[in-house]
Amino acid sequence: MTFAHEMDDVEIRRLVPRVLGVLVRRGADFATAEDAVQEALITAHATWTAEPPRDRQAWLVTVAWRAFLDMARSESARRGREDRVAAEPPVAAGVDTDDTLQLYFLCAHPALSPSSAVALTLRAVGGLTTRQIAQAYLVPEATMAQRISRAKRIVGDAGVRQPGDVTTVMRVLYLVFNEGYSGDVDLAAEAIRLTRQLSALTDLPEVDGLLALMLLHHARRPSRTGPDGRLVPLADQDRSTWDRELIAEGTTILQSALARDRLGEYQAQAAIAALHADAPCVGETDWVQIVEWYDELLRFADTPIVRLNRAVAVGEADGPLAGLAALADVDEGIPRRQAVAAHLHERNGELELAASLYAAAARHAPNLAERDHQMRQAARVNDQLRSIS
Amino acid sequence: MAKYLLLKHYRGAPEAVNPVPMDQWSPDEVEAHIRFMHDFATRLEGTGEFVDAQALSPEGVWVRSDGLGRAPVTDGPFAETKDLIAGWMVIDVDTYERAIELAGELSKAPGAGGEPIHEWLEVRPFLAAPPTVSE
Repeated sequence: MTFAHEMDDVEIRRLVPRVLGVLVRRGADFATAEDAVQEALITAHATWTAEPPRDRQAWLVTVAWRAFLDMARSESARRGREDRVAAEPPVAAGVDTDDTLQLYFLCAHPALSPSSAVALTLRAVGGLTTRQIAQAYLVPEATMAQRISRAKRIVGDAGVRQPGDVTTVMRVLYLVFNEGYSGDVDLAAEAIRLTRQLSALTDLPEVDGLLALMLLHHARRPSRTGPDGRLVPLADQDRSTWDRELIAEGTTILQSALARDRLGEYQAQAAIAALHADAPCVGETDWVQIVEWYDELLRFADTPIVRLNRAVAVGEADGPLAGLAALADVDEGIPRRQAVAAHLHERNGELELAASLYAAAARHAPNLAERDHQMRQAARVNDQLRSIS
Repeated sequence: MAKYLLLKHYRGAPEAVNPVPMDQWSPDEVEAHIRFMHDFATRLEGTGEFVDAQALSPEGVWVRSDGLGRAPVTDGPFAETKDLIAGWMVIDVDTYERAIELAGELSKAPGAGGEPIHEWLEVRPFLAAPPTVSE
């Protein structure tokens, strides 16, 4: 199921929301139109390797519209309403950026659960197949198919008139990015592609902030895990492997967003990421400025996780005792809180306490890489304790 | 081929020969253990016998219905005396003997002092779908 090369695949998936937009504008209902576009894609995959059409979008619109009419006819034959659908006037094809934007909003409909909105966005806007999405999220294909068709029903019932807004869209794209990737689809890269497209369709500093945030994190991805899948913390990452081009692009996008003076949580997060990316080594990190950005971030998103990360930064800027004082404000039950406490106590010379906190952090770790990492930390500090005594 | 579940317990299994908890090992010993587990799964993928491996958080609760229209009752976390599953590996092998052999190898994962842990693992056969020809 591959085209001549991979660029073609992305190129074709770029057309998916436009084609779907045309069908919906011609009066097709969203759920059936979406199925019709998927069917057109399958036909394209089967026939284009031999002879790709000159105008791919027009080809897809024609084939998808025909598929839609077939589907609508068989449906309406069942319901005895054939005449109405057959009489639907075909509107002139054309690219309207509003169509694509509307699709983003529709797929991030507030009536959808986050996992449904993510799946629907990847299919209807991203043009991924149900199988690819299922593989990426490690669930059976039948489960993902049901999730998507339920989502389409909910969107259909809730009505196209009250779609989501750009805030819900950004949250969905951020979720996709944060999942990392598994299977043959790189979800982080896909999230960046969709955010780039959103950024081109809108004129909002926060969307650019989100794009910058993704680029700056993506640039560091190869250094975040070791060859055996182990977690490499920021301080130990090989900075020579960071993608300087992505960092430069992310920084430029962020700077022009910040210049418009409409700060938001993604811009603040991106600013923190940019300061890390900017430091040639961990010792030269501008922690004071990072703490200031965390204070800004708290104004937009006062969450325990932001407070936790702020405590880490305070610990670096003003010493472990100041960090521990900042940590006192953070809920006990937050994942990674024990790990942060362990690190601060270790820097404060309280090795026994640090070792037991690292071990507790390992027990409560939310994923295997984190658990192994905290277990290594516990073993390392216990080793130090043994060599002292 | 038949599927077997190899179960590892945090608690509830008889004590291992080398029971020192992991945070008391040296960093190299932790490293060797993680590498062993990783290599074991990779090897079974290579032989076509690996199905799945998952680790579970020790955090959990018991849940019971409290009747129509009422929220479920929860209890926990698990009492210290209770059996607690740490994780599992599912293998698909030709014989029961092969399942036992592999569980034995997994039990030999290195622990404190680089010595095998010799922990107890539970081996449970899956109840499979009925065969086409049964008479």
